[in-house]
Amino acid sequence: MNKRMPARPKTIDRINQGLAKRHASEKLFHRMGLLSLLFGITCVAILFSSIISKGYTAFQQTFIQIEVHFDEQYFTVSGKDNDTEALSTADYGGMVKQSLRSQFPEAASRQEKRLLYDLVSIGATYQLRNMVMQDPALIGQTTPVWVPANDDVDMLIKGHMKREAPEAERRLRDQQIVWLDQLIAQEQLSLKLNTAFFTNGDSREPELAGIRGALMGSILTLMVTLLLSFPIGVATAVYLEEFAPKNKWTDFIEVNINNLAAVPSIVYGLLGLAVFINFIGFPRSAPLVGGLVLTLMTLPTIIIASRAALKSVPPSIREAALGIGASKMQTVFFHVLPLAFPGMLTGTIIGMAQALGETAPLLMIGMVAFIVDIPSGIFDPATVLPVQIFLWADSPERAFVERTSAAIMVLLGFLIIMNAIAVMLRKKFERRW
Amino acid sequence: MPTSFLVLLLLSLTAFSFILGRRRSLAVSAGDIRKLNSLPGYYGYYVALWCGVPALLIFIFWHFFEGTVISQLVLFNLSEHTASQPEQQLNLVLNEIRNVVYGNIPATSVAPEITAAANHYRELQQISNMALTIVTIVLAMGCAMLARSRIHTEQRARNKVERVIMIFLVVCSSIAIVTTLGIVLSVLFEAIRFFQAVPVTNFIFGLEWSPQTAIRSDQVGSSGAFGAVPLFTGTLLVSAIAILVAAPTGLMTAIYLSEYATPGIRSLGKPLLEILAGIPTVVYGFFAALTVAPLIRGWGASLGLDVSSESALAAGVVMGIMIIPFVSSLSDDVINAVPQTLRDGAYALGATQSETIKKVIIPAALPGIIGGILLAVSRAIGETMIVVMAAGLAANLTANPLESVTTVTVQIVTLLVGDQEFDSPKTLAAFALGLVLFIVTLILNMVALYVVRKYREQYE
Repeated sequence: MNKRMPARPKTIDRINQGLAKRHASEKLFHRMGLLSLLFGITCVAILFSSIISKGYTAFQQTFIQIEVHFDEQYFTVSGKDNDTEALSTADYGGMVKQSLRSQFPEAASRQEKRLLYDLVSIGATYQLRNMVMQDPALIGQTTPVWVPANDDVDMLIKGHMKREAPEAERRLRDQQIVWLDQLIAQEQLSLKLNTAFFTNGDSREPELAGIRGALMGSILTLMVTLLLSFPIGVATAVYLEEFAPKNKWTDFIEVNINNLAAVPSIVYGLLGLAVFINFIGFPRSAPLVGGLVLTLMTLPTIIIASRAALKSVPPSIREAALGIGASKMQTVFFHVLPLAFPGMLTGTIIGMAQALGETAPLLMIGMVAFIVDIPSGIFDPATVLPVQIFLWADSPERAFVERTSAAIMVLLGFLIIMNAIAVMLRKKFERRW
Repeated sequence: MPTSFLVLLLLSLTAFSFILGRRRSLAVSAGDIRKLNSLPGYYGYYVALWCGVPALLIFIFWHFFEGTVISQLVLFNLSEHTASQPEQQLNLVLNEIRNVVYGNIPATSVAPEITAAANHYRELQQISNMALTIVTIVLAMGCAMLARSRIHTEQRARNKVERVIMIFLVVCSSIAIVTTLGIVLSVLFEAIRFFQAVPVTNFIFGLEWSPQTAIRSDQVGSSGAFGAVPLFTGTLLVSAIAILVAAPTGLMTAIYLSEYATPGIRSLGKPLLEILAGIPTVVYGFFAALTVAPLIRGWGASLGLDVSSESALAAGVVMGIMIIPFVSSLSDDVINAVPQTLRDGAYALGATQSETIKKVIIPAALPGIIGGILLAVSRAIGETMIVVMAAGLAANLTANPLESVTTVTVQIVTLLVGDQEFDSPKTLAAFALGLVLFIVTLILNMVALYVVRKYREQYE
C-alpha cells in the first residue's frame, strides 16, 4: 500500500520564500555603504563650511576715522624739533586721546574717558608714529586718519557680539555703543580690508595680530626641509632600488624606513629636543631645528614615493643604456632618474604638504613661543603657521576665533595649491610603459 | 669674514675647479678625447670634489667644536676665584659671558671680570673665524691644484667620481637607521634617568598622575605622582571611540567604492574623501574644540546628561573622522586584491552581492582589514593635536566618554612646552611616556605589516 508522502517543499520554494528577505538585506547593505561614503563627504563639507563661516570676516577690520591734530607741543621734548629721537618718542597716544576727546566732548569723568579711549586700538599710536616718521611735514597740521578699532568694537560691528545682550554680559558698555552709533551715522566707522593680518607678526591684540611672522617661519622651515629631504630621500631611493645588494643590511634599512613612516610625529619632536637642542646645542625655536625634525619625518614619505617612481621605469631603458656601454651609475643618473623625476617631485610635494601642516613635533622644540618679530634667517626664533593657529585657538578673546579660522583658511589654501600642483604634475608626466 | 660669504666663496672655487679639471684633461689629451680614460667632465668633477669635500668637512668640524674650545679657553683665563666654582656655577658664568657677547644684555650691567671675559671671547671668535677662512681656502685651492696636476690620460676619473657618489648614496640611506637609533637612544636614556627617580612599577601600575612638583621639597605633594594608568586608559578610551567611528564607516565606504559604486562615483568620491586625510591635525583640533564639543555638550544637556566641555567623546569622534580615509584606502587595497574568481564562484551559487561580500570577500580579506585597522589604532594612539586641543588635562581614571580624560601625547606636550630643566622628573617623565608610545606603536605597526604581508602572499 502506497501511502502518499506529504509534499516535501521543493528547494526552489525555500529559496523563493527567503528571497524577499535576502533582497531587503541586500538593499540595506547597499544603502549602508552609500551612507558611509556620504558621511565622510558630509564631514568634509561641514569642516570647510564651519571654518569658512567663522573665518571670512577676519579679512575685514573695523576702522574709525579720527581728526588728529599733530600739535607742535608734542614734538618739542628735547628742545629741538624734527630730530628723529623726538619724532619717535613723541606722545602719540596723547594725540589719539586728544582727538577722541574733541570728537566726543561729553565724556567728562575719568571712567567715561577710559571707555572712550578703549574704542580705538593701541595700534593707532604706532600708525601715527609711522606717518610722522615718514613725513615730518605733518607736524602742526590736522588730518583725518583711519585707525583700527579695538577688537571688541570689531566684534560688535561684525555681529559676533550681541547688542541686545544685557550690559553686564558684553564687553562694551552702553555708552560706548552710543558713541559707535554716532560714528556710524557720521560715516566715520567702516569695515576695510584687513591688511594688517597679512603684514604683521603675532600680537596680544587681536586687531594687530597677523600671520606674516608665522608664514615666514613656515617658509624658512620648509626651505630647510626641502633642501635636506629631497636630495637625501632621492639618494636613498636610488641606492635601495638600483644599487643595494640583497642582504641583511638592506633589509634592515627597509624595515627601518617602513617603521619610521608610522612613528607618531610627536616622537620626532622628542628626538629633536634631545639631540638637536640638548646634545648639539642648536638654538631653540629656530627654523633650522624645525626643518631638521621635519626632514627626518618626511624622509620615509619621499623615499617610498621615489622608489615607486624608480620602479615604474621599465628595465628596457636600463638595458638599452647598459648595452651601449654606459656605466651603471651613468645609466641611473642620465637615463632612469630623468624619467622617474616627475614621480619623485610629486612625492616630495606631498611630503612638503605634510610638513607644512605638522604641529606636534614643533611644539617640543620650542617653536611655540610668542614671537612678534618677523624671522629673517634660519637661526632666528620663529613660529610656523599651524603652531600660530594652535596659539590663537588657545587665546580667550573672541576676536581670535575668526583670526584662527582665517589662518586655517590660508594654511588650507597653501595645502590645496601644493596638492593641486602634485596632481597636475602626475597627470602631465605620467607615462604608461 | 661672514660664514655665508665663506660658503659662497668655497662653492665658487669648487665650480671654478671643475672648469680647471676639464680644461686640464683636454690639454693632456691634446684635444683628442678618445685618448682619455673617462669623459672630460669626469676630470672636472674629480678636481671639484677634491676642492670642495675636504674644505667642507673641515668647515663642519670647525663649527662643531669652535664653541666648546673657545668656552674652555675663556674659562681657563678666568680668575682663580671664579674658576674654582662648581661646574653648574661655571655654566651660569659662561652663559652670562655669551649673553654679553651676543648683546642680549648690556655690557654695563655685569661685573668687570665678565666684561673682560666677553671681550676675550669676542677676540677668540675673530681669530677662529680668520683661521677658518684661511685654512679652508688654502686647503680647497691646494687640494684642487694637487688633483689637477695628477690628471693624465690613463687616470680612471670616472671610477673615482662614481665611488664618491656611491659613498654618498650609502651614507644617505643609512640615515633611516641613524634616525631610528637616535629616537631609541634619546628616548631611552632620558627614560632611564626618569626611572632612577621613579620606580618602573610605580610608573606603569600607579593610579595617580600629578606631575606638578613643588618648588621646595618640604611642601605638600612635593614628590609628584607619576602613575601613568589614567593616561593609558584615557588614550585607550579616545582611541577606542575613534576606531568605533572610523572602522565601520571606513570599511563600508571601501566596500561601497570597490564593489557597488560606478566608475564615475568612485572617481569623484575617493578624492573627496582623501581630502580628510590631507587636512592638518591642528585644524581638526580647532574643529573639535569649537564646533563638535559644544554640539555634543548641547545634545547632552537636552538629554539631561552632564557632558564635560572637554569630553573624550568630542576628541574621539573627530579623530575617528580623521582616520576614515586611512581605514578606507587600506581596506580598498585589500578588497581589490581578493581574486575575482572567488566572487564569480559565489555568484554562480546564487548569492546576492551583499552575501558575496559578507560571506566570501570579507572573510578572505579579513587579515588585511585587521592589519589596516591596527595601523589606524597606532595612528589614533600617536595623534597629538586633536587631543591637546579638545581633550582635557585632568588625569581622570574613567571609562565614561562624557567626562574629560587626558592622553599620553597630551601629557608629553604639556610637560615639555615651556621652559624645561633636564634634571627634574617632570621633564624626564615626558621621555618615559614617549618611550611607551614608541614601543606600543612600533609593536602595532610590526604586527600590522606582518599580517598584511602574509595576507598578500596568500593570493600572489
